[in-house]
Amino acid sequence: MADPMRIRASMTGDKVEVKVLMAHEMETGLRKDASGNAIPAHFIRNVTVTHGGRTVLSAQWGTSVSRNPFLHFRFKGGKPGERVTITWLDNKGERRTDEAVIAGG
Amino acid sequence: MDARRREVLKTGGGVLALAAAGIIKPGEALGQEWNKAAFDTKSVAETVKALGGGASTPSGSIEITAPDIAENGAVVPIAVESKLPRTQAIAILIEKNPNTLSAEFEIPAGTDPFVSTRVKMAETSNIYALVIADGKYFHAVKEIKVTIGGCGG
Repeated sequence: MADPMRIRASMTGDKVEVKVLMAHEMETGLRKDASGNAIPAHFIRNVTVTHGGRTVLSAQWGTSVSRNPFLHFRFKGGKPGERVTITWLDNKGERRTDEAVIAGG
Repeated sequence: MDARRREVLKTGGGVLALAAAGIIKPGEALGQEWNKAAFDTKSVAETVKALGGGASTPSGSIEITAPDIAENGAVVPIAVESKLPRTQAIAILIEKNPNTLSAEFEIPAGTDPFVSTRVKMAETSNIYALVIADGKYFHAVKEIKVTIGGCGG
């Protein structure tokens, strides 16, 4: 099981500012190990962020998003105390969902 | 948007049909859509096409915030902000990477047309920020010089 995401959600004016750090190796499939064998690709392909049952951001990623991916975006309609839920799904079918409570501005 | 949604629905239906036929594992079908064709592309023009566009127009209303020189190609911070009305999606393309498309973000109404992330660059390259706004395709370009590439090994 992958480590939890680190999520910060806080009000900036009337918007919710979300910053996420995910724990994932984001292996490209192009690298070789010490004995010359290809290291299989292992990377997050889908990220979905929801708030109050509504999707506020969805992403599709390839192998060139950096290891331990970082994501930052803003959306309207959230209030302090409400929750932001983030799910990622990788190419091996592993997934992880974490939540954060929106902090006041 | 509607045309794209139909395209997505069509793709989704295809995935389910493949799963039903036992061609792909159920785990894969359970996941959200992933545009393999787009992530396999090897040029900017191919990527635009795979994302459903014919061609894209250069636009001064797209801002790329990224370093001019990235010492470590494994971690290159890139932010894209679109000032185009009805921005629906933002994609980050790295021209000289083994695969051009790095990330695509769907921006629903209510979400700022802005994303910031970190990407790997194999070598010095142009970065394209592709924006789909009101069904049309626009882009901005920025060159980033890479001192140590971040894809090989």
